[in-house]
Amino acid sequence: MTAPLTDLIAIRDLDRAQVDDLLDTARELLPIARRERASVPTLRGRIVCNLFLEDSTRTRLSFDLAAKRLSADVVDFTAQGTSVKKGESLLDTAETLMALGVDLIVLRTSSAGAPVQLAREVAVPVLNAGDGWHQHPTQALLDALTLLQHRDDLTGAKVTIVGDILHSRVARSEVELLRLLGADVTLVAPPTLLPDVSGWGVTVSADLDAVLPTTEVLYVLRVQRERLHRAFFPSTREYARVWGVDAARLRRLPGDALLMHPGPVNRGVELTSDAMADPRAVITEQVTNGIAVRMACLYRLLSAAPRPEVDA
Amino acid sequence: MTRLLDADDVARMVRRLAHEILEGNGGAAGLVLLGVRTRGVPLARRLAAAIATIEDVDVPVGELDVTLYRDDLALRDPMPIGATDVPPDVEGRTVVLVDDVLYTGRTVRAALDATSALGRPARVRLVCLIDRGHRELPVRADHVGKNLPTAAEDTVVVRLAETDGVDEVVVGAGR
Amino acid sequence: MSLLLVTGGRLLDPASGTDTVADLLVRDGVIVAVGPDAAGGADGADRLDASGCWVTPGLIDLHTHLREPGGEGAEDIATGSAAAVAGGYTAVAPMANTDPVADTAVVVELVLRRGREVGLVDLLPVASITRGLGGAELTPMGELARSDARVDFFSDDGIPLGDSLVMRRALQYASAFDVVLCNHSEDPVLTADAQMNEGATSSVLGLPGWPREAEEVMLARDLILAHGVGARLHVPHLTTAGGVDLVRRAKAAGTRVTAEVTPHHLTLDDTEVGAYDAVMKVNPPLRTRSDVDALRAALADGTIDAVATDHAPHGREAKRQPWEHAPCGMLGLETAFPLVHTELVRTGLLDPLTAVARFTTGPAAVRDTRGHGGPLTVGAPANLQVFDPEVSWTVDRARLRSRADNTPFHGRTLVGRTRHTVLRGRPTLRDGDPTPEVPDA
Repeated sequence: MTAPLTDLIAIRDLDRAQVDDLLDTARELLPIARRERASVPTLRGRIVCNLFLEDSTRTRLSFDLAAKRLSADVVDFTAQGTSVKKGESLLDTAETLMALGVDLIVLRTSSAGAPVQLAREVAVPVLNAGDGWHQHPTQALLDALTLLQHRDDLTGAKVTIVGDILHSRVARSEVELLRLLGADVTLVAPPTLLPDVSGWGVTVSADLDAVLPTTEVLYVLRVQRERLHRAFFPSTREYARVWGVDAARLRRLPGDALLMHPGPVNRGVELTSDAMADPRAVITEQVTNGIAVRMACLYRLLSAAPRPEVDA
Repeated sequence: MTRLLDADDVARMVRRLAHEILEGNGGAAGLVLLGVRTRGVPLARRLAAAIATIEDVDVPVGELDVTLYRDDLALRDPMPIGATDVPPDVEGRTVVLVDDVLYTGRTVRAALDATSALGRPARVRLVCLIDRGHRELPVRADHVGKNLPTAAEDTVVVRLAETDGVDEVVVGAGR
Repeated sequence: MSLLLVTGGRLLDPASGTDTVADLLVRDGVIVAVGPDAAGGADGADRLDASGCWVTPGLIDLHTHLREPGGEGAEDIATGSAAAVAGGYTAVAPMANTDPVADTAVVVELVLRRGREVGLVDLLPVASITRGLGGAELTPMGELARSDARVDFFSDDGIPLGDSLVMRRALQYASAFDVVLCNHSEDPVLTADAQMNEGATSSVLGLPGWPREAEEVMLARDLILAHGVGARLHVPHLTTAGGVDLVRRAKAAGTRVTAEVTPHHLTLDDTEVGAYDAVMKVNPPLRTRSDVDALRAALADGTIDAVATDHAPHGREAKRQPWEHAPCGMLGLETAFPLVHTELVRTGLLDPLTAVARFTTGPAAVRDTRGHGGPLTVGAPANLQVFDPEVSWTVDRARLRSRADNTPFHGRTLVGRTRHTVLRGRPTLRDGDPTPEVPDA
């Protein structure tokens, strides 16, 4: 049997069996996520708290829908208008949430590691919805689900991740999960945006055009324009030319390859509109799969307490 | 563990239950058999086969996974969610839910919810191989293979060739 | 008249090069006899049993935060002094980053007076280099040097003096009084938002990196400026192999430089950050295992003169914040010497006499430590530590004397612990318990 999931914070905390179980569960939940089937009463009476200390409407919506398709009650606790930004500690907030009787906390924060700390202090499961540059595990899981809808197996699959690795929680989760699933990962990034990846088990290249012909999955990361001001790269124009992906560059990518992006896209910087329209792009599939994956995570985290059989 | 029923007993019960279903429905028209995972599924197939022998009609069979409809999520070991694989249409038909053991009734309640999520049948019937009592909900089977009085702490296990390699029903005394 | 006899200990006195079993007789705070015959004339003396123990000069900490005035929620001079004697110290140097800042004679004299009232350790106050730690205007160094606190050591503590002109002028001005300047080696532009050592660990944890170059760039600048001016520079808490190399070369070139290392940088590396427990957050940050090895080698060969704790108490609530919001700093006074003993002496990297030197004569060579650091010879003040090198104990943050509990060594088993501490002939720690507060005679 798979080891029960008590929190979901970083991909590196999971083993292969737990990942497979989450993905299998997500596949079964897809018809519900896609609204091909009615919502289910599974989590009726459970309270899921979306504790979003950093703004992210898209991710919050996805978690919100995931919880509601499973009939959980959802309470939102966002940074705006709360005392968290005024210096109330995260743990004080958590104590309040405990007192209110929430059953699970979905935490989004700009502080790397805050979910680890929260999980140490609260008795309910903590689900990391993105913490600083650290991790975004449900993003990696939904991407894996998407890939596995197009490929039976990722063993040996050649995945290229291009962009701002340094500041990317997506990249960290993605690499850990792809490596766990056996993929060969190549990172392409300006050296200013590449951390020390000596322990990641990946290949590094500075030449996107050279790796494209052998790439099976091209994963383009979002680059934030504010990085410009800290001299990470010279200009968005230069970035688009050297590290961005456009239709011309996509011609070097094999015809059966896949193009992915975690969204939202900075059109014309890391990805052009015509590149997004390429038939190899699976960006919208990623969004639907996100709901199913988050349903699977909520379901698993809330059904972790083991007990003997009842009415089997 | 004591073996209470063997393969012949199981086969006889299935044949009788098939007759009862047809009788109750006035024939095979409009019938859909939905097996409740795990062992309700092979039972439903056997019932369909028996019906085919009797009436020469192929009754559609579906599989129902009720995991997501249970109300005892935190009380159970994490279990994988199985596929719900149903015939295209339950709308306006007579759905026969098939399960191996009827006990507290909670699985049946979950199965009813799962069924109504699929559509609106004209009526729903319940068939079980063993009814061991101890209901916690007002649930009653329309057709029962065998009523088996047990103590609450006893265990009743139905084994089927498709899932367990052998047809039998065994009972273990409580702890 | 007061008499104290310390019996049967192994006398480890780096200042006189002594390593021998001897008794030690103290009269009115002064050592009056050392050796096998010292017990003669000890009738009626208070006795401290040191058999099986080391008898060393009282330890000196060059870098301590006692938080008084202004930060008494985490520590004050009484609790910090109690922590110090529990760790074998008889003198500690409280840093200037108090509230108000120790940038005038009034503040350093207050600190000195409070220390005397508590009476457990001598305080050697540090004043800031710039007014209010502002990095612009110099403090009145002459006045501070001539105050009752006789300040001869200036530091803006954790705030790097980034302005090279101000730093150069400060060095020039300080040379008039032959006092020591100490600047936090960090180029703050290179460490904007930094949270931990930059490297393989930070890249997995997603915490902004504090590159080693930020330390080495500032250190190199300060060494060049001090060399040019001919002023005295003390390098606080070295953490990188490259920094060690810079100090080694500067010493060889005749720069008037001394250097310290903390117990935590000698024993912990950045993989400790893995659980995001902010107790492991410190500035400069924990580096890598190869840095730890370089620091140990430099401490052994004398490139690094002293072990200094950078004892930095913080309240539990402050350290329970998410990593990026939590303050930097770790407790050190109660664990420093046992830790060095466990990890460096027992492993053969340091001989006992050298280890003791880095806590006594080493600091005494950095600044005037006023009778602390040895030698333990006739006529010298009896500032002593009696250290049991065999006893094994487990660090328990709930049982520390410090008001705060932010030790990174909670749960760690150490070998060796201070049994007695003596300040001018008076036990301030006896059998591991601080004696009640007694004003210094």
